Amino acid sequence: MASNPMTQFEVYRIGPEIKIGSFDISFTNASLFMVISSLAILIIFNLGSKKNSMLPNKIQLLAELSYTFVSKMISDTAGSKAKPYFAFIFSLFMFVLFCNMFGMIPYTFTVTSHIIVTFILAAFIFIGVTVIGFIKHGFGYLKLFVPSGVPIVLLPLIVVIEIISYLSRPISLSVRLFANMMAGHTMMKVFGGFVISLGIVGGWLPLSFSVALTGLEILVAFLQAYVFAILTCIYLNDALNLHH
Amino acid sequence: MIKKYFFQLVFLNLFFSKEVYAAESGGMPQLNPEFWISQIFWLILTFGILYIVLSKLILPKISANLELRKSQIQENIEAAEKQREDSESKLKEYEKIISESKFEAKNIFKETREKALKEINVKRESLEQQIDEEIKKAEKEINELKKTAPKKINQIAIETSSEILKNLIGTEINNSSISAIVDDLSKKNGDKYYGN
Repeated sequence: MASNPMTQFEVYRIGPEIKIGSFDISFTNASLFMVISSLAILIIFNLGSKKNSMLPNKIQLLAELSYTFVSKMISDTAGSKAKPYFAFIFSLFMFVLFCNMFGMIPYTFTVTSHIIVTFILAAFIFIGVTVIGFIKHGFGYLKLFVPSGVPIVLLPLIVVIEIISYLSRPISLSVRLFANMMAGHTMMKVFGGFVISLGIVGGWLPLSFSVALTGLEILVAFLQAYVFAILTCIYLNDALNLHH
Repeated sequence: MIKKYFFQLVFLNLFFSKEVYAAESGGMPQLNPEFWISQIFWLILTFGILYIVLSKLILPKISANLELRKSQIQENIEAAEKQREDSESKLKEYEKIISESKFEAKNIFKETREKALKEINVKRESLEQQIDEEIKKAEKEINELKKTAPKKINQIAIETSSEILKNLIGTEINNSSISAIVDDLSKKNGDKYYGN
């Protein structure tokens, strides 16, 4: 790979060019890692749910712990009404987590380091939550923008701020994940480049930095998946349990 | 000195590499829209399949497994609780039986002791009565002997004295005169010997 820390984010075609109409939907390295992540999730959780022994083995324990972890997260933040959306949030959390984690392996591609991917996910969540809110509460969902206990004088200002913050949700959600992933991977690449350019004499310091950063990045990979899922839960909570 | 040199080197390297990157890079690849449609398409495809398979096949199984285990554990706990209660009640029963039998044993011991004591008392009383009777009888005999003794003694005295006198004198002496003397003597000294 080249020494440019941004080349790791380049998308390139694998195999032939596929076109539907004027749209290019070729299979790329990004597609490859989406497929790998999804397959890994499906394989692990399929193995984890195959047998039901009283004493679960390691893979079953992993599947069940993930299940209870996400289920607890949803019930804690969005309450019992969010039960029907459990499968979606579980898939979302696992997909983001696996994409982040696969990106930690050297020479792989990080799907979630692309703004377009995170933005599509966030936009889907935003539209979905808004639709759910309007279905559940009708136009009463607009009360979300009118917090209670605010003086009348301040109300127009607050409503404007609330609307802006609501509309910026998909942007903040997508940019948070994308920027974290991109920054972390860029930084690791930069420090990796230092190790090579400083050589055997001075390379130890950036190397130790790189090792420490790897640990940090694994933490960030998990944390960002968690944050992504929990923010989805919070948005869902706003739509399901409208309170003001 | 070495330290300073080292940091200078690092710093310079940062500058140097930055320049190199700036020369090479054409901005962020993320903002190049060439493969955006492809990425969106594959994201929807893979995530859609992932969601459908997870929600329809895998998650219900995990949930069922968890529920089954939960209910099984609950059942086991209940069974254990029941067995504990059973054993506790059995233990209580056993303790009750033990205390009852102890009480019974005490009672039996008490009764037999009283019975034995009673028997002993009865036997002792009868024995005492017998002894009393024997004593009375003996006393009576003694009294009779006491009463009859002086007469017999007098008789013997009369007979012996008449015999002695016959041997000494050689003549028969009237028994009545001797008996008169013996009576007289015994009356004089009888108090000394017989107390009557």
